[in-house]
Amino acid sequence: MLGGGGGAPKERRHPNSAGAATRRLGVGGRGLVIAIPYFWLLLFFLAPFLIVMKISFAEFQVGVPPYTPLVEWVDDQYLQVRMSFASYFYLFGDELYVAAYFNSLKIAFVSTLFALLLGYPMAYGIARADKSIRNLLLLAVVLPFWTSFLIRVYAWIGILKNNGLLNNFLMWIGVINEPLEILNTEIAVYIGIVYAYLPFMILPLYSTLEKMDMSLLEAAMDLGCRPWKAFLKVTLPLSVPGIVAGCMLVFIPAVGEFVIPDLLGGADTLMIGKVLWAEFFNNRDWPAASAVAVAMLVFLVVPIMLFQGYQARQEAKAKEQG
Amino acid sequence: MTNRSPFLISALAFGFAFLYVPILLLIVFSFNESKLVTVWGGFSFKWYGELFQDEQLLGAAKISLLIAAMSATLATLLGTMAGLIMARFGRFKGRTLFSGMITAPMVMPEVITGLAILLMFVVLEELTGWPDGRGITTITIAHTTFAMAYVTIVIQSRLSQMDDSVEEAAMDLGARPLKVFFLITLPIIAPALVSGWLLAFTLSLDDLVTTSFAAGPSSSTLPMVVFSSVRLGVTPKINALATIVVGLATLAIVMAGYIMHRQEQQRKRAMQRALAEQDAL
Repeated sequence: MLGGGGGAPKERRHPNSAGAATRRLGVGGRGLVIAIPYFWLLLFFLAPFLIVMKISFAEFQVGVPPYTPLVEWVDDQYLQVRMSFASYFYLFGDELYVAAYFNSLKIAFVSTLFALLLGYPMAYGIARADKSIRNLLLLAVVLPFWTSFLIRVYAWIGILKNNGLLNNFLMWIGVINEPLEILNTEIAVYIGIVYAYLPFMILPLYSTLEKMDMSLLEAAMDLGCRPWKAFLKVTLPLSVPGIVAGCMLVFIPAVGEFVIPDLLGGADTLMIGKVLWAEFFNNRDWPAASAVAVAMLVFLVVPIMLFQGYQARQEAKAKEQG
Repeated sequence: MTNRSPFLISALAFGFAFLYVPILLLIVFSFNESKLVTVWGGFSFKWYGELFQDEQLLGAAKISLLIAAMSATLATLLGTMAGLIMARFGRFKGRTLFSGMITAPMVMPEVITGLAILLMFVVLEELTGWPDGRGITTITIAHTTFAMAYVTIVIQSRLSQMDDSVEEAAMDLGARPLKVFFLITLPIIAPALVSGWLLAFTLSLDDLVTTSFAAGPSSSTLPMVVFSSVRLGVTPKINALATIVVGLATLAIVMAGYIMHRQEQQRKRAMQRALAEQDAL
């Protein structure tokens, strides 16, 4: 849970004392504590990416494993290195992949925008609510996160179907005569993403809004600022860090999302995560799936990580100046 | 409060309705007699009965719970070490790479990590003969790897909030580092360990994408079975399952909230008592 931000500001620790406690652990113990998680992450997180990279340069073949070796002994004499760019040519030559990539960006962007539009007033409302019910409201925001993601996405199928609850309801009150087609369209994907990731938008927004000094707003009002203008001139700029953090937390998982477009988006919704899944599980083309993964890493993950690094540096700089 | 504008109230009302109406509808229709999920045919428990006779779902649930318990425990062990390294170990060679490997799993699309770890298992098996096929072991390893990152963040933030002067005092009094860790640091960060474990457990229980890559033919987890049945259409049996999951999660959270609230009260009372005693002196 997000802390209430309470407690007195901690005394700044002497820079040398940080880690002094463990520095005396002795070389053996300290080294061992570092080595175990380090080794685990190297073996099961970093090395796998190198293998993905390697297999993306292989060629598809029928057999076990379903790809050609990159380095091979020929007649026990020559070391043959075969690198194939076939998967990459295929990737960039086929419009499907490029379209899926841009469509993923579009869907993630639009969903993030809607999550912000819905999440901001909610976070603001919670931050301005009475202290006694604030924690209860926050709990209500996170509670859905602890229930199953898959089940929450599933819930929308029954609602959005052609003969589903929403259409039945709208026809019953007489707003529409024909059922709206929502399931298996991109609209359903937007709804699903906003629904699944709304808590991730609200929490960082709440924690910046809650820390905000209300006297600034009062001062603006005292000087004759109208409430709406005071919000635009004072609150909104001060909450930018929360907006950035919340948007990243929604945008990042949304881009690579598989479950939501698969269950709600139908066959016509193209997203890069779905393409990779289909390449691997339906076509069993491991080199192509690996090439999609490498392209995703280069064009999606690396820019996001660079942006986050930049963001962290800016924040550190702002803190130093403050 | 001066800021109780009708706009904020209606935004909150709409937002919470958006979050909870789908879950409530899911629960309501789990008690529906009719097989159609969208037409009310009378109250009945029959789908719960069918759920508890579905051998495939029950078996998958057992596998899921086993994997979640194992991977949460492993992730908590590794994550505590990693959190300790990040918060207390200062500089060491390869620290940048280490912190990169801690944060990267959280921004990596799951389809990529899933594919990557599967290919790793295939290559490892080719080279060493281990792991022999894919199943519970490989799923557990994959879950541990992504859950560990989250546990690390939880532990690290708890450690950096904590005052390390107590640890240093113990050291100065001659306690060995290992003793300091087990007698002082560990009890203080115990709540963070519990929440880290629960987070890892939930993440593992809920995961579909990574699991599908790492799973073998005989190790279908609950999300995998649910996913393949949901793909074929809506069935009230899944609604019944969802109701049970939501019920258990709510119960666990309310209980955790109650325990935390009580501990906080106890702490406050103890502090008041200490202050009162100080005044009396």
